[in-house]
Amino acid sequence: MGSSPTASRSSSNNCIRQPNASGQASQADDHGNTTMTVGEDQMSAEEVEAPQEGMGAVKATVEDRDDDGYRPPLPPRPNLSKTPERPTTPGGLNTSHRRPSLLSKPTTAVSSIDIQTLSFPDGSRGTFSTPASRSVSESAALDTPGSMTPKGKHSQNGSEGDDTTSLMSYAPTMKGTGDLASLLNDDINAQSPAWRLLSSKADTVNPFEAIDYENTSLLNFENEFNEIAPVDSKGGNEEELLTQFKAKYKHYLCLSSAGKPIYSRHGDQNLINGYIGIIQTLISFYEGSKDPLHGFTAGGTRFVIFIAGPLYFVAISRLGESDAQLRSQLEALYMQILSTLTLPTLTHLFSNRPNTDLRRPLEGTETLLSSLADTFTKGSPSALLSALECLKLRKSQRYVINNTLLKARTEKLLYGLIVAGGRLVSVVRPKRHSLHPSDLQLIFNMLFEAGGVKAGGGENWIPLCLPGFNNRGYLYMYVSFLSAYDDGQDGEERPSTPGSSAREDEIAVLLISAEKESFYELKQMRDDVVSQLEKNGSMDIIKAAVRQGRPSTADIVPGTQLRHFLYKSRANVQYTMPSFNPYFNGLLPQRRLMNLYNNLHAQIHAKHSHLKVLHSVSRDSVSLAWSTPLFEFYCVAGPNASRASIAHGANKVIQWVKREEERVFIIGGAVF
Amino acid sequence: MAARGPGSRAGNSRFAQFKLVLLGESAVGKSSLVLRFVKDQFDDYRESTIGAAFLTQTISLDDSTTVKFEIWDTAGQERYKSLAPMYYRNANCAVVVYDITQASSLDKAKAWVKELQRQANENIIIALAGNKLDLVTEQPDKRAIPAADAEAYAREAGLLFFETSAKTSENVKELFTAIAKKLPLDQAGPRNPRSGPRAGVDLRPEAPGTQGAGACSC
Repeated sequence: MGSSPTASRSSSNNCIRQPNASGQASQADDHGNTTMTVGEDQMSAEEVEAPQEGMGAVKATVEDRDDDGYRPPLPPRPNLSKTPERPTTPGGLNTSHRRPSLLSKPTTAVSSIDIQTLSFPDGSRGTFSTPASRSVSESAALDTPGSMTPKGKHSQNGSEGDDTTSLMSYAPTMKGTGDLASLLNDDINAQSPAWRLLSSKADTVNPFEAIDYENTSLLNFENEFNEIAPVDSKGGNEEELLTQFKAKYKHYLCLSSAGKPIYSRHGDQNLINGYIGIIQTLISFYEGSKDPLHGFTAGGTRFVIFIAGPLYFVAISRLGESDAQLRSQLEALYMQILSTLTLPTLTHLFSNRPNTDLRRPLEGTETLLSSLADTFTKGSPSALLSALECLKLRKSQRYVINNTLLKARTEKLLYGLIVAGGRLVSVVRPKRHSLHPSDLQLIFNMLFEAGGVKAGGGENWIPLCLPGFNNRGYLYMYVSFLSAYDDGQDGEERPSTPGSSAREDEIAVLLISAEKESFYELKQMRDDVVSQLEKNGSMDIIKAAVRQGRPSTADIVPGTQLRHFLYKSRANVQYTMPSFNPYFNGLLPQRRLMNLYNNLHAQIHAKHSHLKVLHSVSRDSVSLAWSTPLFEFYCVAGPNASRASIAHGANKVIQWVKREEERVFIIGGAVF
Repeated sequence: MAARGPGSRAGNSRFAQFKLVLLGESAVGKSSLVLRFVKDQFDDYRESTIGAAFLTQTISLDDSTTVKFEIWDTAGQERYKSLAPMYYRNANCAVVVYDITQASSLDKAKAWVKELQRQANENIIIALAGNKLDLVTEQPDKRAIPAADAEAYAREAGLLFFETSAKTSENVKELFTAIAKKLPLDQAGPRNPRSGPRAGVDLRPEAPGTQGAGACSC
């Protein structure tokens, strides 16, 4: 455990725990920060801030008791299934909950935690703590009596401790640990040697590796993006098309409140007209009674409705996404429409003629809506987390790139960005304006997901409205692409060959201005920037970083059982993740992974849930979600991974992010 | 003179640079024509152009004459209409494209021609291109606009005329070459090097009929 996060954080006073030596762990408590049991009534403030060291400590406890052989070994599965009863069972874990001052017993670390097991629709189960009772690890409490007092005091004054502790320092790290600790320790403890032997062999099983023949949840997902042919005039093929239509996992519909179809991801007008009529009737009925319809379920299909002025948006999903997630997808479609028309134009169209056919004004942007919709259907971490991903670069390298942009800046520039395959390399912006992630999502969708702009093969001048910035007017965006694999100078032509390289390899320079006549000025700036970047070597650095791709989890934490993770930094509204390779390559594995993340995300973000840590076990994977004021973290491992190993891996990843923070995220950015 | 196609004679060779704009209804194949001309490529399925794309292509008319086109490929949708003057304002030449299988697209093309003749550079050279010739070669009954009709209109309006196919590349090169030949190479001034397309801009007299708002020389 020497390498545990705790040790490395020595500057914060009580962070140092010697997990192995349970007797010494007490030092921490003298400062009253770690805590033990917290009564049911006090809570969130404390464990909201759960963090790294916590995990280390957790692991520690686990091992301690392992060595002690204190508890009789039990097979893990039954144990897990009992979890829900724990809080009510006398004795056992619950005792500690009643006796916060429990001292000398290095028993099960903790807890006044209420644990519930939740079954997801797909058959997986998740264990989580309820908001009602929060706990903190006792792991640090297996110690000297002296430490008790401060702890006791702390537990009675949960908020006091928080007021005095800095968010960034030890405080968050130490607290909330309990959640993880309590969740993660006993199960492992309970494994018989035989079980351990068995599972150590099976540790190498990857998520979703075992083929589950009963699981038909994503059957034929490969066909999801196939186009449905138009209904032929004689209607002869309608039945067949309807079958295809119904086989889709996901539909997005947009219609006007007057019932005119505006957009449908699948099927042509003849196919969807009937449905549009039905859905319009349903929505209008509820609208009429001033009780708007938000969503409903039919069989395994969830319908979610989002109403924006004169527009009705409907998402129909069999992928198990939450209402909030679907609604945010619909909002993104609405933003795309605004981006084409601006809000005043849209309002004007409908106030003049309520039965306006919006398809005409939106002509040509269907592909943008569809690529946005498909991004959601494929599963996009960026959309899920409402955050951006950055290209990993050294801080000094990014600094040089930022400065190059700043130096070449022209008068008319509003935002300048360099983007590599949907990952942000550098941004310059005016001091007063930040860039809204939802706006960037629209831009990235247009440039990297939809093929239209890239396929044009030239430089582009695109009028667009960025609703997050200002939904009332247009901005003008200069775009030119460079390929990461294109090392030669291409002189005056700077275009990509259509379709020749994947989106991941495309580097784009985006210069945004409020001035519609500033194309040549921004083009000049682009030329200056690119030649300067080439001169100072930054271009090669960017290209190399793009070619290198994302690191794999094994590169980040050697030997870890984690197979993938998402880490979102809340403050920076950015996320980082490892490569999908080699475990989640391809459409289907990626969708399964995203289903899992969607579930975790939905649980963590459920209304009124104060859920901070979620450990979810299913037949084909084990996953963990962890939410703190600083970050959201989601990870997944194979079905046989132990909680301890997941916790350990998660801990390591978070340490890695901390260490690489200024590389994986753009902090501050360049401002003028 | 209006031509902002600065040309130069170094020894024997002439070089001139001209601004060309493509206009026409959406989905008639403007981008496909440009892509064929600039990169000699063709995609069966193309997404609509968003905004406008800027490309360049250089052609040799003969051993000693090189013409560089700076091409504005505009989006055909109605909502981009108000931006069009920005693209044709200083253009030396324009290609107005219609789809020979869509009758309405020629009407739209005529409207563009009218607008160009009224608002653009008075010496602008306009070519009318009836695209998707390949469709008609395969199925003659698909043709909606007889070549003779369009040609008669072109003659009357003083336009160059070609029926083209971006798919088979038929007449594409010919179209642009014919435009290049018609451009006033000889009056061109010294070449203005890279520094800018902007720098050597012409500055045609502000004729009374020109776009009010668009008159700025951005």
